[in-house]
Amino acid sequence: MATPVVRTPARSRIPRPLAAVLARIGDRVPFFLAAIMLGASLALPYWHMTLLAPQYPGGLRVVIYLTKLAGDVQEVNGLNHYIGMMKLEEAATFERAIAPYGVAALALLALLAGLLRRRWTALLATLVVSFPIIFVADLQYWLWYFGHNLDPHAALSSAIKPFTPPVLGTGRVGQFVVETRFGSGLYLAILAALSALVGITTRLRGSAERG
Amino acid sequence: MAENRERPPFQIGQQKVSRRGLLGAAAGLSAGALLASCSVLQRKEETPKLGATAEEIIKQRQLTPEDVTAALMTYVPSGKYDEFLMFSSTGHGGQVLVHGLPSMRLLKVIAVFSPEPWQGYGYGGYTSEVLEGGYFKGKPILWGDTHHPALSETNGEYDGEFLFINDKANGRIAVIDLRDFETKQIVKNPLLVNEHGGCFVTPNTEYVLEADQYSVPLGGVYAPITEYKEKYRGVLTFWKFDRQKGRIVPEESFAIETPPYWHDLADAGKGPSHGWAFWNSFNTELAIPGIAEGRPALEIATTQRDMDYLHVVNWKKAEELIAAGKYETINGFKVIRMDVAAKEGVLFLIPEPKSPHGVDVTPGGDYIIVAGKLDPHVTVYSFAKIQQAIQAGNWDTDEYGIPVLPFDQCVEVQVELGLGPLHTQFDDQGYAYTSLFLDSAVAKWSLGKPYREDGWKLVEKLPVQYNIGHLAAAEGDTAKPAGRFLVAHNKWSVDRYASLGPLLPQNAQLISIAPNQPMRVLYDSPIGIGEPHYAQIIKRERIKAWDIYPEVGWNPHTQSVDPNAVIKVGDERIERRGKTVEIWGVLLRSQIRPDLIEVEQGDEVIWHLTNIERAKDATHGFALGGYNINLSLEPGETQTIRFVADIPGTFPFYCTEFCSALHLEMVGYFLVKPT
Repeated sequence: MATPVVRTPARSRIPRPLAAVLARIGDRVPFFLAAIMLGASLALPYWHMTLLAPQYPGGLRVVIYLTKLAGDVQEVNGLNHYIGMMKLEEAATFERAIAPYGVAALALLALLAGLLRRRWTALLATLVVSFPIIFVADLQYWLWYFGHNLDPHAALSSAIKPFTPPVLGTGRVGQFVVETRFGSGLYLAILAALSALVGITTRLRGSAERG
Repeated sequence: MAENRERPPFQIGQQKVSRRGLLGAAAGLSAGALLASCSVLQRKEETPKLGATAEEIIKQRQLTPEDVTAALMTYVPSGKYDEFLMFSSTGHGGQVLVHGLPSMRLLKVIAVFSPEPWQGYGYGGYTSEVLEGGYFKGKPILWGDTHHPALSETNGEYDGEFLFINDKANGRIAVIDLRDFETKQIVKNPLLVNEHGGCFVTPNTEYVLEADQYSVPLGGVYAPITEYKEKYRGVLTFWKFDRQKGRIVPEESFAIETPPYWHDLADAGKGPSHGWAFWNSFNTELAIPGIAEGRPALEIATTQRDMDYLHVVNWKKAEELIAAGKYETINGFKVIRMDVAAKEGVLFLIPEPKSPHGVDVTPGGDYIIVAGKLDPHVTVYSFAKIQQAIQAGNWDTDEYGIPVLPFDQCVEVQVELGLGPLHTQFDDQGYAYTSLFLDSAVAKWSLGKPYREDGWKLVEKLPVQYNIGHLAAAEGDTAKPAGRFLVAHNKWSVDRYASLGPLLPQNAQLISIAPNQPMRVLYDSPIGIGEPHYAQIIKRERIKAWDIYPEVGWNPHTQSVDPNAVIKVGDERIERRGKTVEIWGVLLRSQIRPDLIEVEQGDEVIWHLTNIERAKDATHGFALGGYNINLSLEPGETQTIRFVADIPGTFPFYCTEFCSALHLEMVGYFLVKPT
């Protein structure tokens, strides 16, 4: 590792030793934080869908994690079969399979960006920045795919036109009002992205002084 | 879930809708938050008020202020739950009813001794096996005379886990599991034929009490009626209950032989009297029938003596005798002979006013109240005094050598209440309530110390309509009565309902027993499905029933996952082995899979069916017309039916419960090829 150059903030009121420490880690911590948050998000829900209908007073809930589906999946599948929709677990099977490795790799990249204080290593973290966008785009694709690949032989296939459930917000299918919202996992991933962005910015700025 | 939903407040008159709620919440992050905050703000703004409309309704319907109060005390709005549940017998209707209080709405009929098609009870599957458990020496018995439901207890309080109910006609006890409100077991008492003194449980449901009513020779064998005194016997039964298994265990149960007095009601001691049980009796005259032979009618012959006998039983001591092997086995059942019971201090008698009906232990377990229906008093025995009399040992014996304790030494007090006192219940204020059959009234009277200083006095009488039998106060026979409500189970309704032909419904009347207020009738509830005798009322929250079965493939008989359950669509299959066809099927909205079964005439069919639904209320029925097969499969439930396909032909099978938009399409064909 290169010998770090100690930067001193121009108008700093903080004690010198602390400033020295901050300067040493200021372009590292955001990457570490990003790695931790991204890793932790694996265990948290990324997306929630609630179906409301008169005969389900508490609503039906589907919770999407990066690695699994939870909630009333069976009931929603059962209802969806009437309009010929595929089973929820058939969506994004590849994405779910690689998610643990993918997220681990991204966290590792962020970690590397933190550990190796080269200017170019900051760019490793751009993938972390783009991750939430990739997730939402993928989700949108699958929602579109499910709504547009209905089994023409299903009982109610003639009553339902192809549709795309909303990624965020409220929609309507049959007697169901569908409410969707982002989950804590996705918000954490967004925070990780922002943190990585801070790291990248700091690194790119700081590197000029370092030369 | 429904009761947690926000509801607009009660309002009669014009509706006022707030817009501020919507505006205030517009900044909310999600639609869910918006809805929630909207309803909260709306609630704050609107205050309930009784508008002009209410006055109009009261005038139009000619309601008195008392009527309006009663209506307000009993009305349970849509989506709200009742506070109490009442389990009542239906007499020779053979089932158990569940009502909600204070609304008095009938919530459920639990099938027990009679087949009941809506619940698929007794038309194939395990419920038929439950009914078979109660067959009488191999003879199908498809009805019962249910009298006294008993909720399981822990420390003398209802625990809401199990319910027991007796069948007077055939001497049987049924066990209902309150996780799914289904009957799991019917046991036939092998010693007696007719019974009445059940079901009553000991304070921790160690035993379920049951006694014969009309004595027969032990085991119900033949003996000439003229040998009544020598050969006929009474039986006090202690059925052992295994809470873990949810079953009565006959092998661990026992009975005590008694003289052939006819036993009536019972109660178990609690608190200081824990370990003791009490039965009253009549026909200590040992009268026998034979009007044509010149004998007096039994109603005359059995009421000649002024006193009958209260039976006092030390069941803890009886347990010791059983453990010590001091019993005989009759019809596979352990019996302590009466000479042993008398000698070992297990059985004592105390005179009681003739032809008594109820025997009820006070909440603290210190007094035993006997209502002798031909005597205007209730007789209050002190358990402490009974113990002193036993210690003193200066008793006589009856003609069978059973100790008879002196009446005067055991009685605390006699309280005059009115004509025809039958049964007594208690509230949380130290009052007792006794039904007066002949007076058609409920008597409220005060218990003495330690309950009240102003004790042993009649407080008030409330007329009821009519001929009250049992009454039930909220948790009113437990160690901690809940008070507030009491239900009078009236035998006659006479003029209370529109004419429905000569068989009139029974009349269950809800009565307010709120503290410091006169009792009053709040609501009449017609029972058009049987004759309730006893009932018990439990706080709703004590019952922890399942919304759906805990796992897919649940066998309600074993209360565990069935090895023959199919838990996934696509795993259903048919297997043929010689003359046996075994089917593993699934039901889901809106398919029964497999939906085509072909067998040959004479094949034995074993059909496992699993409802794989996980949604609350997504019940499927399974009906196979022509073969008398009809199941109710609640979400997660697995059942197995077995039958011989002896009738050739074409039989559609279908879902009987309207389950979904494509319910009519939920069908299959069962083809039996003639041979």
